[in-house]
Amino acid sequence: MMGRTIFIDPGRCIGCRACVSACRECDSHRGTSLIHLDLSDEGHSAASLPTVCMHCEDPVAPCAEVCPADAILVTPDGVVQQADPTRCIGCSNCVNACPFGVPVVDTRARLQMKCDLCYDRTAHGLAPMCATVCPTGALFYGTLEELRAERPGVRVADSFAFGDVVLRTGVATVVPADKVDWPVPGGLPVVEVNGVDVP
Amino acid sequence: MSPPGSGETLVPTHCCFCGVQCGMYLRVDRRGKVFGVEPRDHDINRMRLCAKGIEAYQQINHPDRLTSPLLRRTRDEPFRPASWEEALDLTAAEMRRIQDAHGRDAFAVLGGSGLTTEKAYLVGKFARVALGTRHVDHNGSLCTAAAATANHLAFGIDRAANPFSDILLSDCLLIAGANIGDTFPVLTRYLWGARDRGAHLVVVDPRETAVARTADVHVALRPGTDTAFFNAVLHVVDRDGLTDRAFLDAHTTGWEELRKTVAAYPPERAVAVCGIPAEQVERVAALFGAARNAMAWHTRGIEQHPRGADTCLSVINLCAATGNLGRPGAGYGTIAGQGNGQGGREHGQQYDTLPGGRSITDPAHRRATAALWGIEEAELPEAGTPMAEMTGQMRRGEIRGLLGLGNNALVTLPDHSSAQAAYDALDFHVQCDSFLSETAAHAHVVLPVATWAEDEGVMTNAEARVVKHNKAQDPPPGVRTDTWVLCQLALRLGHGDRFAFAGSREVFDELRTATAGAPVDYSGITYERLAETGGIAWPCPSTDHPGTPRLFEDGRTRHPDGAVHLHPVEWREPADPYDDAYPMTFTTGRAAAHYLSDTHQPPNLPRTKGS
Repeated sequence: MMGRTIFIDPGRCIGCRACVSACRECDSHRGTSLIHLDLSDEGHSAASLPTVCMHCEDPVAPCAEVCPADAILVTPDGVVQQADPTRCIGCSNCVNACPFGVPVVDTRARLQMKCDLCYDRTAHGLAPMCATVCPTGALFYGTLEELRAERPGVRVADSFAFGDVVLRTGVATVVPADKVDWPVPGGLPVVEVNGVDVP
Repeated sequence: MSPPGSGETLVPTHCCFCGVQCGMYLRVDRRGKVFGVEPRDHDINRMRLCAKGIEAYQQINHPDRLTSPLLRRTRDEPFRPASWEEALDLTAAEMRRIQDAHGRDAFAVLGGSGLTTEKAYLVGKFARVALGTRHVDHNGSLCTAAAATANHLAFGIDRAANPFSDILLSDCLLIAGANIGDTFPVLTRYLWGARDRGAHLVVVDPRETAVARTADVHVALRPGTDTAFFNAVLHVVDRDGLTDRAFLDAHTTGWEELRKTVAAYPPERAVAVCGIPAEQVERVAALFGAARNAMAWHTRGIEQHPRGADTCLSVINLCAATGNLGRPGAGYGTIAGQGNGQGGREHGQQYDTLPGGRSITDPAHRRATAALWGIEEAELPEAGTPMAEMTGQMRRGEIRGLLGLGNNALVTLPDHSSAQAAYDALDFHVQCDSFLSETAAHAHVVLPVATWAEDEGVMTNAEARVVKHNKAQDPPPGVRTDTWVLCQLALRLGHGDRFAFAGSREVFDELRTATAGAPVDYSGITYERLAETGGIAWPCPSTDHPGTPRLFEDGRTRHPDGAVHLHPVEWREPADPYDDAYPMTFTTGRAAAHYLSDTHQPPNLPRTKGS
């Protein structure tokens, strides 16, 4: 994970959508929110989950790797930028490559947009908008030490397994202490391929 | 982030929505127009905001804003734009006509707790002095009235006993009838800050809210059975010797009677009445009773019931019996829902109160207020009736004219068809609003007034902390402040000398004088001090007084005997019990992105109404 990064704690999310509104206020993409807020079992549970870009470290940025126009740049500090509007061709390759479902493509503008951790704010030492306003700390911005000082005993994960592929990310997730399972399973489990059970 | 040299400025202020009153900056462009929001490191919220706060600025320059007075003679005519001169002259003439023909009390005023405290004060003074009517109330009586009654009965003072920051110091938090996650999202961080220290969290709520989902104990009782539950918890606390005998002996009255009452509420009774397992009663009693510092917070979920004050008292009884009052992390509070839910009910826009939390039925209080206003005590009207009763008087023709401001009563009053009939029966209805709300759309005259960011003033949050709202932009052309409207109407009614206010600051100065020595004492609070401190909790009797964030630290309540008055309360079957014909339960909820009747103007929020 990055030194200063976002920690996502789904257990603290109350689904209030403050992050979604705050993201819309960001000056680099004003009016468009790039946060996904999912209700995992709407109508039956109040559980909710915010998704920001995970800023994949290893393999580095699948979205950037598949970009045919070299539009997605990664900064030296590990932040995967949103597509450079002078290069992006709106092909959606990045949307297909992202294991977390993060980038969105404005098909009319033929432009990809995604969370860049509010680079205009973090470059000046401020926290990203979403983690600044989050009323509950479900989105926390800082170092792991700062998180641990506030939440003694907190466990975090920055590795996610998609089948055989393990992905290490710049953004980390808080995992329940009693359920930690390293790496965190990502995506749906593969149970069968062409009618044959996969063990 | 504003680029340097952009000419943008940041105006420090507070969110207008909800009783938490989070600090925020409004972003103002070089033309002087508000166009955005920036988080502010105020100690209430430490830069946090919910979706309501982030989107609030979008109301200010919204295309649906009203910018001209609207008039019509009858409700079947369309509105026509009119000049302020014509609209105010007509309104004042109608006030005179109705009062001359049907008596002074035939014209009523309904205010609201979305108004700043200065405006709320002016609503009460306008009704009692300029109109001389007894009929004035505000939408707070639909809201926090039950808790206010309970506070007065138990403590002799109506406010939360502890600041929000005490939540972080508590070992057991009891949250009753409060959907913190949706209604006061920013308070969630306080709850979880306490839990990070090891505090236990108990949530009493029929629904599994986002916070209830994570609680140590979620008591999902049947709606309307809270009193039976809290009595049963106190039963177990007493049975297991978890009461604080020293506190009960030294600081309370009525314990023996209360003890007899709760003796009839063993856990089995809660099982039968509330539909919850007996273990939950035992567990809550053990957690709350054994905690070194325990604290209870509740809101409308247990208050907005027939006998809602009784339910609040059953929570207060539990706090007092376990000695949880007046210490860091130990205490009690009700969280006001409206932005100025606390301040709006303190200074005389309520049917039975005068400024400073004084009572309109107390001769000494009447004399003090009459002297300040320069009228004879006999001229000061008697107590009126609560808003919900006023609708009956409107239907019966006892109230024939109405000035409404800071509310959307046609939507928020219970029993909509009766409320509609009441407004239909009015001879003359004038409503002040920034938008054409449902209530404004039903009026004869609509006066376009400023939003919260277009005037300065104070609001008092749910901790009883007075905070300062600052003006971020001028109102659009054609729009005036409520203060200006009330002063202009008073002038036309022949009381201009008592309403010669240039703006909020002059009103606040008079309010400070009016509350000196009163139960709700603001006299030591100034705009300058609020800017320096970020907010001061009343009572604050002098300009060198630091304010009173926590009550009862000396063990004394505001009753003359200094004791907490314990009131035995019995659970009663709800007014509409379940039976075969009506077997279903409906309960109201909240949505985090919305507030009161009408926050659908910001285009980005999902359109749901009636929260």
